[in-house]
Formats: sequence, C-alpha cells, structure tokens
Amino acid sequence: MLSSLRIGRSLANSWITGVIQGAHLSTASEASHTVMPYKLHLLENGPNTEVTYTREEALKFYKQMRMIRVMETTAGNLYKSKIIRGFCHLYSGQEAVAVGMEAAITPQDSVITAYRAHGWTYVRGISVHGVLAELTGRKTGCANGKGGSMHMYSPNFFGGNGIVGAQVPLGAGIAFAHKYQEQDNVCIALYGDGAANQGQLYEAFNMAKLWDLPCIFVCENNGFGMGTSAERAAASTTYYKRGDYVPGLWVDGMDVLAVKEATRFAKDFVLKNGPILIEAATYRYHGHSMSDPGTSYRTREEIQEVRQTRDPIGKFKEVIINAGLVTNEEIKKLEDEVKKEVGEAAELAKTDPELPLNELYTHIYVDPPKDMKVRGCDDSIWSDTR
Amino acid sequence: MATKMGLFRIAANQLACLLKQTSLRGTTASSTRCMHFNYVPETPSQDHGETARMNFFQSITSAMDIAMASDPSAVLFGEDVAFGGVFRCSVGLKDKYGAERVFNSPLSEQGIVAFGIGIALTGSTAIAEIQFADYIFPAFDQLRSEAAMYRYRSGDLYDCGKLTVRAPCSAVGHGALYHSQSVESFFAHCSGLKVVMPRGPIQAKGLLLACIRDNNPCIFLEPKVLYRSAIEEVPVGDYELPLSQADVIVEGTDVTLIGWGTQVHVLRETAALAQQKLNVSCEVIDLVSILPWDVETVTKSVEKTGRVMISHEAPITMGFGAEVAATIQRECFLSLEAPVERVCGHDTPFPHVFEAFYMPDKWRCLEGIKKVVSY
Repeated sequence: MLSSLRIGRSLANSWITGVIQGAHLSTASEASHTVMPYKLHLLENGPNTEVTYTREEALKFYKQMRMIRVMETTAGNLYKSKIIRGFCHLYSGQEAVAVGMEAAITPQDSVITAYRAHGWTYVRGISVHGVLAELTGRKTGCANGKGGSMHMYSPNFFGGNGIVGAQVPLGAGIAFAHKYQEQDNVCIALYGDGAANQGQLYEAFNMAKLWDLPCIFVCENNGFGMGTSAERAAASTTYYKRGDYVPGLWVDGMDVLAVKEATRFAKDFVLKNGPILIEAATYRYHGHSMSDPGTSYRTREEIQEVRQTRDPIGKFKEVIINAGLVTNEEIKKLEDEVKKEVGEAAELAKTDPELPLNELYTHIYVDPPKDMKVRGCDDSIWSDTR
Repeated sequence: MATKMGLFRIAANQLACLLKQTSLRGTTASSTRCMHFNYVPETPSQDHGETARMNFFQSITSAMDIAMASDPSAVLFGEDVAFGGVFRCSVGLKDKYGAERVFNSPLSEQGIVAFGIGIALTGSTAIAEIQFADYIFPAFDQLRSEAAMYRYRSGDLYDCGKLTVRAPCSAVGHGALYHSQSVESFFAHCSGLKVVMPRGPIQAKGLLLACIRDNNPCIFLEPKVLYRSAIEEVPVGDYELPLSQADVIVEGTDVTLIGWGTQVHVLRETAALAQQKLNVSCEVIDLVSILPWDVETVTKSVEKTGRVMISHEAPITMGFGAEVAATIQRECFLSLEAPVERVCGHDTPFPHVFEAFYMPDKWRCLEGIKKVVSY
C-alpha cells in the first residue's frame, strides 16, 4: 500500500482529535484546531500545532476550496465536451495548499507555480470566469485566451509554467528582486513531487541559500509524477529534506489550517534567514491531465479512501461545523452560491467572443522595431505586430 | 501489460485525435473538426517479407521489440515508458524484456539524455524517450555539447553513437504552445547528430531500426498526429531503411515540393489539387533525414522541374527550409525558373487558439504553387 494511505489513516485520527469545540456553538467566532505534527529539517522550532482561526476565515477558506473544486469539475466537463482544447490539469484534491498559503501571505507577496495552475490563479484574484474563459480560449480569459490551462497570470502571480521544474529558479529570481528592493515580501515557488527530480531545482536551492533569498520553495507532493508514483521516481521521498542545507518543513497539505500556519511561519522565517522548503502532502483525484484517466497506476479504492478520509474540503467542513463556527445551513448557502457563480462563469466562457485573428501576431515583442511585420506561412503574409 | 492498456488510451486518442477545428468561430460544444490532411497508406516492399496491419505507434513498438531482441545491450527508458508510454509506443516491452531493460525515469529530461549518453559511451545501446519534443530543451545542452561533439573532441576515441532519442513532435490539432512544436531545425545546427522524421509506419520502423543501430547519436522525431491515424501493412521482420536518403513519393515534372513528417501528407494532397485545379504536375519529396540530408535527390528533382516549394510546420524563419532553399539556389541556380517558395509555420509561438490559422495547410501550399508557376 502506498505511503499516502498510511498518512491518510493517521490524518483521519488527527482530524478527530483536532475537533475542539462543541457542535452547538454556531455563534462562536473563533476556534482552535490541532494539526498533524510537522516534520522539521534543520529547524529548531516549527510552526504551531494549535491553530486558532475565526469564523470569517472558516467561511472564506471553505468557500474558496469549494469554488476551486466545482470550477475544476466544470473544467473537466468542458474539456470532455471539447469546448476546452489544449491540455488541462486539474487541481481537485490539492485545494487546501493554495487556499492555506494565500491566507498567510499578502497580495504583494509573489507566487509562481507549474502547469496545475487553475486553483492558484483563482486564489490570486482571478475570477472563476477569468479562469474558465482562459481555458475556452476567449478574449475574457485572464491571458486573453492565449495561454490556456497551463498559462494563467495575475498581479504577483507569475503563472502557470509548462516545463516541469522550470518555474523554480524563476521563483528564486523573484525572491531576489523582493530582497533587492528591500520589500518585506517573499516568493512562493511551487513544484510537484515529479519536478523534484529536475536538476534545475538544485541550482535554485543553492543560489537561494547562498544569497539568503526570501523564497519559500513548496513541493506539492500529490504522490504521482504523471503516471509514476513518488516512490518509483525518487531515491528520497522526504522532499522537505531534499534542499539539503535549506531548512525544510513537512505539512499536512490536506489541512488548510495547517498549511496556513506553516506558511505564516515560513514567511517569517525566510525574511530573517533565507529560503525554506515546505513539503505539502496532498493528493490529486484526477489523472495527471485530461488524457490520463488516473486509474492505471493506482486503484480506484485508493482514490476513494483518500476522498473519504483526507479530503481537504469534506474534513474542513466537519471541523468548522463541529467547532460551532458555521452551521449546516450556512454551508448549504455557500455551496449554492458557488454552484451559481461557477455555472454562470461556465456559460460566459462558452459564449464570450474569441480573439480577433490579428492577435495571432501580437505579444511576440514589446515595442517591436519600427514597421516590423511578422511573417506568416509564406512571404506573402506579413502582419502587423505590437 | 494488457491490464495497463487503458492507462493512456484516452490520452492518445485525444492527443492523436487527428481532428482539427475547421470553424474556430464556433461557439458551441459541437464545433466541427476534421483532419488537416488525409493519410494515404503506402505499400510495403516485397523484399521485407510478411506484413501485419499496424498503426504508427505499433510500428515503433515493433522496431524497438526487434532492436531489444537482437541486441542484448539495448535498454529503453523515459517517462512512463514501462507502462507503455503516453503514446503506447512501448506497450508490452517491459513484460517481454524485463524491468532492467525497460524502465521509467524520473521527470528529468536532461538526466534522461545524459544518462543515455553515458550508457552509449560504453558501447551499449540506449533508446531514450522524451515524452514530447517540446520538453527536449532541458536536454538541449547535453545533446548539443556532449552527444554531438563527443566523437569529434576525442579524436574518435569515444562516442555515444549508440544513443537514439525518440520524441513525439509536431501539431496534433489542439496541443497549444507546449505540445505541438516541430524542433528539428534546432538540432540541424549540431553536426555530429543525426535528425530523422518519418512520415508513416513502414518507414518509421525501418528508420528507427537504422537509427538505433547507426553508430551516431540520432534524434528520431515522431509526428504524434500519425500515431493512430497512419495505418499500413508493415513488414513484421527486421529491416532497415537508409538514413540521409530522401524519398520521391510522387513523381512530377513542373514543381518540386519538399517536406518531411506530417507535412509530406499535406504536400501529397496539394500535388493532387495542383494537378486538378492548375494542371500542374508536382513532384513530392520527403526529405526524411534532416541531418545529414540528401542534397542530391533534391537537386536532381529541381534541375528537372526548375521550380520548388518547401513546406514545414516549424516557423519559417530559420526553419530547415531555409537551408534547403539556400542549397538549391547555389546548386541549381541556372535551372531555377522562379525563386524558391517556402510555406511554413508562422514566426510566432505555436498558438493556443489559432492553430488552424498557423498551419501551412494545403490551401496555403496551393497558393505557394500558384506563385512559383506564375513567376
């Protein structure tokens, strides 16, 4: 059995012991939650295992995670209907990572991630409509339909990168810029367990540590690099230790409150000490991309067990209801709002205008040389660019 | 392995779905799509014996099967290849030859190629798969700086000639920026490498076996749109086809059309259109090998026709067509009746939403022919 399931079982226990408040205090404004113990590498102290959070946070995190889940389900359906083209990688199962991290940083902090970017795009301020319309290649998409699934952006969210691991050294550069400009901001550079085996990560770790850059490297370990499990691809699957001289921290990536607290700790740490590496243990429900059914290299039972015992949304719902912060009715209302918003966004994404053809020739260079034309298929096609 | 067959079946179905939007204006779920070319199966040579019906990916599997069986030093590796690979090219080979010889690598393109170079340096045969040609660039340094130069810089003491890197390439209908590129011309700049792009199953099998056994590092680019759409009677036995030799696939007298990979099929259709609509007889040449390439077959044809059009999916500027054109103008200057015409991909990144407009399709190629005949 895969280690992810072992984590799953112990996590389930943690969730049970983590419920602090009684079930009837729906007027409570604050609660405390015990997270799974962090694992530390080259750190004397870690984040708090007791996390206090408010009713507003509970509602916000639940809504954001739910929004991502429904958005991704909708995206999957649009892809199957051939309305979304290109490649499409869904974030379902990993919502707590994006939502928890975003909750601990400010809009002035930077984030850069890989191609599983929809959830991050949403938490970084792009509407569901902006995400779905990008997927369907419409003008109203967050990159005007020119990027598609893997390439979405917002202020201080640098994408959305297609090449496995390529974004990580970029993250170090972004962190350097923050430091150089004397900003109290950090960069979160995310990658997957598959990308953890790419050489350029280790070049980035070295530079980040050498220059003490405020960079939080985050390995979203969802257990599989495409169709190969972490154990089959990595000599060491303790990803939080693989920065060697970069301090590391393992966090339960299915617990939004644990992720938030770990990120709060990490931001504070990197601003004082230089980089840190967080491994967020999570799980992806769908295949690697839409073309991978995701059931040949793992069992359906395994996926089902994770959904039942570790699901970041379902479990969080239990916690906040049991803590008396939120009622079932409020959850129901939120879910209806989410469903409505995503449904409306999906309709727009299907019917919004496409880009005019001249956009094929734009955004190749900024300020192109005077009178520059872009050559098309032959020497008779020379189009204006800008 | 049969139980694993489902793994990426849908993947390959969708990827190699062969379908292309004809109406990008369509705003409904049912936007019509069709292939941008028709595949015309070829007839196998009698010399190569018994045949079986195979599609392009099965012919690749067959080639690797024979290579593994006939060369105990041969190993096959890459991302997810032990499962059969995302395009199903290595289905069954792990079961047949064992996990020591057919294995998954981490997601590490530079590592995959460098590892392969190391294996080949010992004289063993390394068949490395890069999952998409678009992902080969992390390995570019290894291919350019190590693989291409090893023999030269060691005065022929060492080489990695037993390395073959396979990579699916070119447009597939909806691959967008990072699953569509044709990368051949990047490597055409690297003397010491061989670069090959087949057009169909029979040819792919013979050329892949030739690449694997050739004592030079080879990059074998497989047009992914053909994996399922191209089906032929492929010889089941062991045969090789010559590298660096172009094929004249349609004979003609008025215009020479030169392409490789998928584009050969577009040109074949364009030739038929030109005959039908313009009464122009086109000779279609599949260049097959990009490096080193067959100058003689090309110049012989151009000396006959006096007019030439080159077409490839990669962007026009510095695409390999530029080299072919330059060579033709030098070698055939006095035979040319018109400037060499090129109809290629745009000088833009491969677009997400504008693929149909980007492609050098048969209508654009037909316009190119009109230009060369009316010059």
